[in-house]
Amino acid sequence: MPLALLKYGLRNDYPATSHFSESADLKDHYDVVIIGAGGHGAAIAYYLARYHGISNIALLDKGYLGGGNTARNTAVIRSNYLTEEGVRFYRESVQLFRGLSNELGYNIMMEDRGQLTLAHSDAAIRSFRWRAEVNRRLGVRSELIDRQSIRELVPNLRVTDDSRFPILAGLWHADGATARHDAVVWGYARGACQRGVELHQLTEVQSVEVTDGAVKSVLTNRGRVGCGCVVQAVAGMSSVVARLAGIRLPIHTFPLQAMVTQPYKPVLTPLVSSPHLHVYVQQTSRGEFVLGGGSDPYALYNTRSTLEQKESLASAILELFPFLSQAKVLRQWAGITDMTPDYSPIMGLSSVKNYYLDAGWGTWGFKATPICGKTMASLVATGRVPELIRPFELERFYRFEQVNEAGATAASH
Amino acid sequence: MLLISCPFCGERAETEFSYGGEAGISRPPDPDALDDAAWADYLFMRKNPRGQHLELWNHAQGCRRWFEVERDTVTYTIKASRALQTDSGDKG
Ligand SMILES: Cc1cc2nc3c(=O)[nH]c(=O)nc-3n(C[C@H](O)[C@H](O)[C@H](O)COP(=O)(O)OP(=O)(O)OC[C@H]3O[C@@H](n4cnc5c(N)ncnc54)[C@H](O)[C@@H]3O)c2cc1C
Ligand SMILES: [Zn+2]
Repeated sequence: MPLALLKYGLRNDYPATSHFSESADLKDHYDVVIIGAGGHGAAIAYYLARYHGISNIALLDKGYLGGGNTARNTAVIRSNYLTEEGVRFYRESVQLFRGLSNELGYNIMMEDRGQLTLAHSDAAIRSFRWRAEVNRRLGVRSELIDRQSIRELVPNLRVTDDSRFPILAGLWHADGATARHDAVVWGYARGACQRGVELHQLTEVQSVEVTDGAVKSVLTNRGRVGCGCVVQAVAGMSSVVARLAGIRLPIHTFPLQAMVTQPYKPVLTPLVSSPHLHVYVQQTSRGEFVLGGGSDPYALYNTRSTLEQKESLASAILELFPFLSQAKVLRQWAGITDMTPDYSPIMGLSSVKNYYLDAGWGTWGFKATPICGKTMASLVATGRVPELIRPFELERFYRFEQVNEAGATAASH
Repeated sequence: MLLISCPFCGERAETEFSYGGEAGISRPPDPDALDDAAWADYLFMRKNPRGQHLELWNHAQGCRRWFEVERDTVTYTIKASRALQTDSGDKG
């Protein structure tokens, strides 16, 4: 590797090849049109092309590749959910993440850090115990740990009795991890394009033509595109795009904000989160502290940051890590997230034939990128809903079978 | 920071209020007459528009009353706010 680098450095014609095919004209017809070139859309295209021999695919984005929530998330990867359906699904995703650099031939910078969630009340301890039992039964590494173990894991954390909400215990999730979010979407898109998928950026789907209950074509700012089927994977725009096909969703769009500090020497290995204080934090391999918390308090399709949210993040993090009081904020941003009533995604069939939904990813969908791509591709290719995602169909709301992950999602993402 | 006008107290800072989601959804007068689909529609399905939204707010740290706001979900602009119209449909 270092030798190859040196060779690159000494050459005049830099030999790196472009990742993605040049965006040619849109064809009249594709077997599959994917709306939204975030991590999810790119992953679906990749698994279709690589494992199902379907490569006549248009991957469309109104902006640029991975410029939506894929670029904005804080890259928490974990599987310590509460429901069996949730744990099984996310467990598979963590598993796929572990092998993803090899799968794609592209370094996604996966780091096994472990995740520590803090309890500041007896009620939280009870729910952690419950999660730990469900997790362990399904082969996910989670355990309830005491204050001494917390001190050993995170020496800088303020574990004292004189704070307003003293830390009482923690849920330690050894499978917790992080990865480079951009690399995930770039790797998938590169793999898809190498196999014939066409990526079209600056291509917005503006209407969807449905005839006799089946989708026939989409209308974009660059013209009409006929299609065998459509997958929508547009995150915060889920309700808006689904409405084009006449589909109603139980989704609310809320912004989620985050920020990073200036870099420090490595002092924090695990991902740490406090649902009670509405804050979570991790130190990146570059040394910056990434801070995130809860959603904005009211619905919005706007990615402006607000002083109230940043103040609340800052005051919460100082309860946990007082040394950050001197830290300067380098960057801050927001993404618009598609929140469902039960904090689980909406994947699978819709009321329109050949129109598939990949929505409701809210504040937790980055970690699901690989398994979502794999299962949605299998659905599109075979027409059969994979067992792993059956519990997440839109239909569940009409059967009153919600998959409640609210408690296992708040401020942990 | 939004300034929200409570119809009862006047203009106050956003932090005094709590958001209540889409307005204009009333509980079906006779739930037993509904099938599962209609009941699920009432419970879960929402417009979630990008643009003008008619929504409920509660003046949680003031008079604690609910009212209706017309707000743009892209620009933040509040066009109108008013007391809830009393619903005469439900005769109990
Ligand atoms: C601040 C923040 C922190 C987060 N932290 C985490 C975390 O730690 N862990 C985790 O698992 N998840 C996290 N999430 C959630 C996660 O980012 C998302 O669930 C995930 O990225 C969704 O991926 P996607 O590919 O579906 O969406 P996106 O990456 O948003 O891609 C959707 C694409 O659709 C395009 N699009 C929209 N409308 C149209 C149209 N009409 N025509 C064409 N294209 C269109 C958009 O331009 C966009 O590029 C976080 C989110 C935010 C905002
Ligand atoms: Zn009032």
